[in-house]
Amino acid sequence: MTTDESDAGWFASVPPDDLAAARDAIDGGSAESPADWPRLAVESGFADDSDNYYDRLREATLHATREAVAERERADDRQLIHAVRAVDDCERVANELAERAVEWAGSRFDGVDSGIAGAREIAEREADDDLDRRVISLASRAAALADERDALAATIDRVAPAVAPNLADMAGPELAARLIALAGGLESLAKKPSGTVQVLGAEDALFAHLSGRAPSPKHGIIYTHEFVRGTRPEDRGSAARALAGKLALAARADHYSGEYREVLHEDLRERMATIRARADANGDETGGDDE
Amino acid sequence: MSDSLPAGVERRAIDGGTRLATRGPPVYGEPTDGEWRAWDPERSKLGGMFELGFDTGLSGGETVLYLGAASGTTASHVADFAGPTYAVEFAPRPTRDLLDVAEARDRLFPLLKDARKPETYAHVVESGVDAIVQDVATRGQAAVATRNARFLEDDGRLLLAVKARSEDVTAEPDDVFTDVLAELEETYEVLETERLDRFHEDHLGVVATPK
Repeated sequence: MTTDESDAGWFASVPPDDLAAARDAIDGGSAESPADWPRLAVESGFADDSDNYYDRLREATLHATREAVAERERADDRQLIHAVRAVDDCERVANELAERAVEWAGSRFDGVDSGIAGAREIAEREADDDLDRRVISLASRAAALADERDALAATIDRVAPAVAPNLADMAGPELAARLIALAGGLESLAKKPSGTVQVLGAEDALFAHLSGRAPSPKHGIIYTHEFVRGTRPEDRGSAARALAGKLALAARADHYSGEYREVLHEDLRERMATIRARADANGDETGGDDE
Repeated sequence: MSDSLPAGVERRAIDGGTRLATRGPPVYGEPTDGEWRAWDPERSKLGGMFELGFDTGLSGGETVLYLGAASGTTASHVADFAGPTYAVEFAPRPTRDLLDVAEARDRLFPLLKDARKPETYAHVVESGVDAIVQDVATRGQAAVATRNARFLEDDGRLLLAVKARSEDVTAEPDDVFTDVLAELEETYEVLETERLDRFHEDHLGVVATPK
């Protein structure tokens, strides 16, 4: 095969009639630009002529897509919870190890940057002696853990829309996974009232409030959502309440029907537009929140 | 008006009225007449565009990239009159139905892919397709059309149904359409536009060709 790996057709390294290999190639492959694949497939001997190529393509896409659909539909909330917890563990440990490696490396090399970026640079170095080797090896493990964290996050991006299409679209895949993990599953999230969804992840603040030591928390982890964080502080309570209400409905739609409900998303966008319009309407007034 | 219909799409008397129809295995319990099956313009944006007399530039037998194939209702009619048809859909549930539609046809290739990321299927979908049919209900519909222009023949056609409510529910549909067309015109020459409201509320049909 003369074509460059990254811009090769799906059939480049697939033996004819090997449906498993075809599935991997169609699912995982990519190319920046398309090409005249039918002609290239005939030239490379993958198919006898373009009709034969299309027959093979039909078989391959039917198989690949059937398997991919089955896999996406099999994905469940338990897997998502494991994945999101693993993301957090990898991130924490990667940072700890990177910090240790960088601190150690600073005593041996000049110009060492901090954090994961610093660990990546150290990992590239040549060792002069045994201690160098240990420092460099430690740094490369921190970098590898950071890579694993990114790979896990990419997996969550793929799996979350299959597990919870509405929640993932509304909250983004990572926040959706975190909400499911905090609630202990999609079913228990679906059974929570929206006020609970609003403060998931703010348990410390909530219990401080319940024992009379603090004001009620306005938001938990949904703070990371652009609708909350991107709204001016005096309207954030309203924004958090509106978002939590729709997230609760999205979780219910995902758990009980599993179908995407466009109207939920439209309602939320409409509500957010109204809340944000307040900032334009009375931008020069102060306070005036409905909390 | 029927001059603008491609070969393989006809107006036929089915079920007590004159209906658009294509020849192929039935998909969703639509009325049939022999091997012809009715194409409901209320369930299909492209069907609506044909019904309204858009000049789609299609004559039958084309290679087509269909973005947002959903359960395959419209994609099935396209595959009936077109040539090789690549059907891209991102959601697993409707794709399961699309698979049954594809199973019953020789040249309909289903792909579980995100139309916003053409690089994830450019190793499968061939270059130089004659038409892109686009019906995706996400924000950034013009961006999807722009990114997928890489697949289209220089004189090919983009047949696009823009859904105003997917872009911004709070804005006036006309304002949304103006914005979408402006973005589209950076990559395409827009040949024809018309509201599809008779069949699909707050939708704009667009025919365009690469610049």
